[in-house]
Amino acid sequence: MSKLPGLARVGEVLANRKLPALVMKVNWGRQMVISIPFLWLAIFFFIPFVVVLKISFSEAAIAIPPFSDLFEWDPDGAYATFKLNLGNFLFLLEDTFYLDAYLSSVKIAAIATALTLIVGFPMAYLIARAEPNRRLFLLALVILPFWTSFLLRVYAWMALLKRGGPINDILIAFGFIDEPIRMLQTDFAVYIGIVYTYLPFMILPLYSVIEKLDGSLLEAAEDLGCRPIQSFFLVTVPMVMPGIIAGCLLVFIPAVGEYVIPSLLGGSDTLMIGRVLWDEFSINRDWPMASAVAIVMLVVLVLPIMFVRNRIGNKGEV
Amino acid sequence: MTTEEKSNQTNSDTNPLTAPVPDLWRDPNATPFVEIENITKKFGDFTAVDNVSLKIYKRELFCLLGGSGSGKSTLLRMLAGFEAPTSGRILIDGVDMAGIQPWNRPVNMMFQSYALFPHLSVEKNVGFGLRRDGMAEEDVKRRVKEMLDMVQLGHLAKRKPNQLSGGQRQRVALARSLIKRPKLLLLDEPLGALDKKLREETQFELINLQEELGVTFIVVTHDQEEAMTLSTRIGVMNHGEIVQVGEPHDIYEYPNSRYVAQFVGSVNMIAGKVSVDEVDHVVVESEEAGCTMRIDHGISCAPNQEVHVALRPEKIMVAHDKPEQDLNCMKGRIEEIAYMGSLSVFRVRLPSGKEIRVTQPNYARDMGARFTWEDEVYLYWDVDSSVVLTV
Repeated sequence: MSKLPGLARVGEVLANRKLPALVMKVNWGRQMVISIPFLWLAIFFFIPFVVVLKISFSEAAIAIPPFSDLFEWDPDGAYATFKLNLGNFLFLLEDTFYLDAYLSSVKIAAIATALTLIVGFPMAYLIARAEPNRRLFLLALVILPFWTSFLLRVYAWMALLKRGGPINDILIAFGFIDEPIRMLQTDFAVYIGIVYTYLPFMILPLYSVIEKLDGSLLEAAEDLGCRPIQSFFLVTVPMVMPGIIAGCLLVFIPAVGEYVIPSLLGGSDTLMIGRVLWDEFSINRDWPMASAVAIVMLVVLVLPIMFVRNRIGNKGEV
Repeated sequence: MTTEEKSNQTNSDTNPLTAPVPDLWRDPNATPFVEIENITKKFGDFTAVDNVSLKIYKRELFCLLGGSGSGKSTLLRMLAGFEAPTSGRILIDGVDMAGIQPWNRPVNMMFQSYALFPHLSVEKNVGFGLRRDGMAEEDVKRRVKEMLDMVQLGHLAKRKPNQLSGGQRQRVALARSLIKRPKLLLLDEPLGALDKKLREETQFELINLQEELGVTFIVVTHDQEEAMTLSTRIGVMNHGEIVQVGEPHDIYEYPNSRYVAQFVGSVNMIAGKVSVDEVDHVVVESEEAGCTMRIDHGISCAPNQEVHVALRPEKIMVAHDKPEQDLNCMKGRIEEIAYMGSLSVFRVRLPSGKEIRVTQPNYARDMGARFTWEDEVYLYWDVDSSVVLTV
């Protein structure tokens, strides 16, 4: 009796012999396709990351390259000493300058992201609600600035915002101000730069969710007693939340590590980690320290994002 | 009443008319609950609703029946307040609805796609309207529970809409639209997304619920069978106009135009010329039918006017032998037989080339075997079976 089920299973396996072979075949092709992006990530992300990690544990040295080896070979070549230097990371914790830089970067990036959302949402909404044949044109307008160099566009903002720039000229001409106001080299200019540069990254994901938003949901909300403003917050916002989160991450992550915009538009007091990293790397020529800064930045950014992603993932399932 | 109407429609024969229930719409002095006065809605050059006037009474289940683009949904959306009429007036319970926003109308709507909020649970969806009105949370909970029990969904209160079947979603949508106890409920294709079996069950539940709650329902549908089953009265719409308003029986048995006759049920349309036009009967000579037809109701028409005689397939009798009557009797050959179980459908070709559709109930087990392909048969019917249509 007890053997019978076993026999039956053998029969089943024999009968289905072709099936696993087929599955294997399909899987091979699939593995090939999936392996390409994996390979890409391994070569251009993981290996450089390991290299940077390695450098962060070494000591600065006057040499080429300017850091010590983790392994030091005995002159006889008989044994090697392994020197792991945690000093860079300890120094990051000790010197509040770095902590301030991290916090200031996150703060500036967060405010800039919020501003981008405020500017981007109405634009995405109007594009998604425009006549279908006009939407593509409007989206093209959003993307159009990408066709010129990013650096050039930031320089253009420098020209616009400077003391004798057109914005000050116009404000004076209309009598809003008597003296030119200082806009360049302030946090304000940095916000303008980030919002302007990253706006398309906010608009595109928002557009794609708003376009799919079922208009009858809003009508249902109104029918059940919602004024338009209530239905916006109770229905539209929750429905487009995935787009809001995607857009905010796409703006926030690069904005934290932004170097060019704070350097060109920000003042000397605009403290951002990207600048600190650059100074450490090129002015102090302290590669290990710069690497440690970069590693910590990655951790500071990745952990909260993973947290957010997990929460959304769980929510979506329930 | 409704079940009998349904059997009237599918089973052909001569069930005497069910005794009419004296209801408000039959009373000329009754005050209508919803008054639609000369409503027109234009989108650019396109006239979606063309000068429609309707009176709908309390506790009615009124169906707006029409094909796509007939303007029925636009009319419904104007009642809900989502569209403003280009001209005309809508009164609900004596109040002019002009300028009253959807959230202030004593009206709720059940949407065609149900429009359930996907991010909210069943409980939150149903309670949405009450919470917007600032009702105390415990009252909301109680009302929602009552309503969910009523539509037999009490056990699913915590689910999200995407975890429900089509039929369950339909009930949630219904519960959500009824929870604010609207004076008037608008239903846009309420059963359209359900499969046939479920649709038939739900139809009766909808009627029971409506009778229980005493709410006035206006239902938009393109499904004539649904309209026949559900409604106290039907308004048939075509090209933005109401072409006929009446009880299901009237619409089916006394269509006022070829459009209505063809839209509601299937019908044979036979062309002919009026030869005798009396007060109580009409005689029509038809080359197409190859016979003289007598219809026992008068019409207003010119002598020798071209008319159409509408003859429902189930009202025609089939025989191999010549019946006694000469009037209303055609001869033809059976070209096709379709056995449908409860009835058989014959396609009979007349000598004129005209094809006539006949259905015969299979009241004995081997009824269908009596006729076969290529049989020469006589088709005949009573004088009170057909209708003459001038338009």
